[in-house]
Amino acid sequence: MLDFLVLYWPRLLSGTGITIAQFLAAAVLGVAISLVFGLAKLSSTLIVRGIATTYIEVFRGTSLVVQLYWIFFVLPLFGLTIDNFTAGYIAVGMNIGAYGAELVRGGILSVPKGQWEAAVAVNMSGFQRMRRIILPQALVNMLPPWGNLMIELLKGTALVSLISVGDLMFQARQINASTFLSAQVFGAALIIYYILARFMLTPCMRWLERVMARKLGRA
Amino acid sequence: MQDLSALPHELTGNTVPMISFKSVRKAYGDLVVINDLDLDIQVGETVSIIGPSGSGKTTVLRMLMTLEDVNGGVIYVDGKPLTHMVKNGKLVPANERHLRKQRVNIGMCFQHFNLFPHMTAIENCMEGPVQVLGLSKSEARERSEELLELVGMIDKKDQHPARLSGGQQQRVAIARALAMRPKVMLFDEVTSALDPEVIGEVTNVIRNLVAEHNLTMLLVTHQMGFARDISDRVCFFFGGKIEEQGSPDQLFGNPQRERTRQFLSAVREAI
Ligand SMILES: Nc1ncnc2c1ncn2[C@@H]1O[C@H](COP(=O)(O)OP(=O)(O)OP(=O)(O)O)[C@@H](O)[C@H]1O
Ligand SMILES: [Mg+2]
Repeated sequence: MLDFLVLYWPRLLSGTGITIAQFLAAAVLGVAISLVFGLAKLSSTLIVRGIATTYIEVFRGTSLVVQLYWIFFVLPLFGLTIDNFTAGYIAVGMNIGAYGAELVRGGILSVPKGQWEAAVAVNMSGFQRMRRIILPQALVNMLPPWGNLMIELLKGTALVSLISVGDLMFQARQINASTFLSAQVFGAALIIYYILARFMLTPCMRWLERVMARKLGRA
Repeated sequence: MQDLSALPHELTGNTVPMISFKSVRKAYGDLVVINDLDLDIQVGETVSIIGPSGSGKTTVLRMLMTLEDVNGGVIYVDGKPLTHMVKNGKLVPANERHLRKQRVNIGMCFQHFNLFPHMTAIENCMEGPVQVLGLSKSEARERSEELLELVGMIDKKDQHPARLSGGQQQRVAIARALAMRPKVMLFDEVTSALDPEVIGEVTNVIRNLVAEHNLTMLLVTHQMGFARDISDRVCFFFGGKIEEQGSPDQLFGNPQRERTRQFLSAVREAI
């Protein structure tokens, strides 16, 4: 195992770098989509709500791999060509955004009605109510499920190797194809994903939760 | 559609009431909650609303705070329509822009305080002045500190609501409402969620407001003694209507209507 790592760590490391980059790009996109569609789902306008519902249904109801292939292989047929790195995080981000939208919607609904009313009573505009009063509280309520979703997102990025993005999974498959050291290479990949999730992502989310709890004066 | 000649100050002559309900109706589906309500409250007047559960007391305040729309009639505040706006010489239901313009006159305190939990006491008070009135942070802080001083909460100004008792939270909520400098203050059972031993700290704050400020106040309360002490007028609500109203001495000392007598004796027995 050791000589294996000595030999292949540069490729595993570069793959890990790409995985982290995919994760970050998809997370930013996913959070943005979650916010937009989560809010749209609560809109009083039927069309806006309908668009959001359709988006969420489509992206939650179909497979991420198929979505990825659509964006990378089918969109070019309509004249929209995207490089594989971009296609990768767009697909993962859009997929996670559909789940995140439900979390945003739930988080907003979990804020007590009295908070809306108090915000009206100090005469805030609808936008101010949402941004200053409701969203900050909704965010705190939805952080724990967001932690899980972020781990799903990290795991989901492994699929971008299918369109030849040079992420950790892609490198592992390449090494395996040339060396047949399956146990070592996929073992290493397994451990790296685990370390990323448990020792980097989870502590970050815990830290965020603590910071937010302190802001609420709960801690 | 009412036409403009029905504006209240043209009917009542010289003084414009601060609040004026004109034939106001509110229903939830088939359930009529407020039934053809007419009520004028003068500038600087303190009016208490009492009555049995479900008689529509909270609904009256919520309509004034524009948390509920009305299904009929018009509410005027400071001589201008609140629930409606004038368009082509007609009164039409108000849009959000009109409501925001009219709401500056009104502040409200709730039974469950509804402080913003992610802000400290002083941030709660500064939020409206900074975000809505456009005050600078330092102006808003100065104003908020004055008001927190007034309600006796200045030493807790940097605490979050979670760290405050119910009575303390309610006093901060009063300061938050006052920070918007409203002309009208609405209090909906502000002591009902409090432990008995801290009710006094909140009612004392309200007593001081009545004594020292020229606010127009409308209070819903179950504390008859408090209502008697501070009110210029008491309205007894029953079934979405004012069954009887009068000075506190009249209404509590010599009620004219059978339902008022029944309600008051039931309340006295409960104590
Ligand atoms: N959102 C709503 N939907 C349906 N019915 C409602 C709603 N809000 C209030 N009501 C009904 O309207 C009536 C009047 O309610 P309101 O809250 O004004 O009573 P209240 O006099 O304040 O009573 P309490 O002393 O219990 O607070 C009640 O019968 C209540 O059930
Ligand atoms: Mg009530």
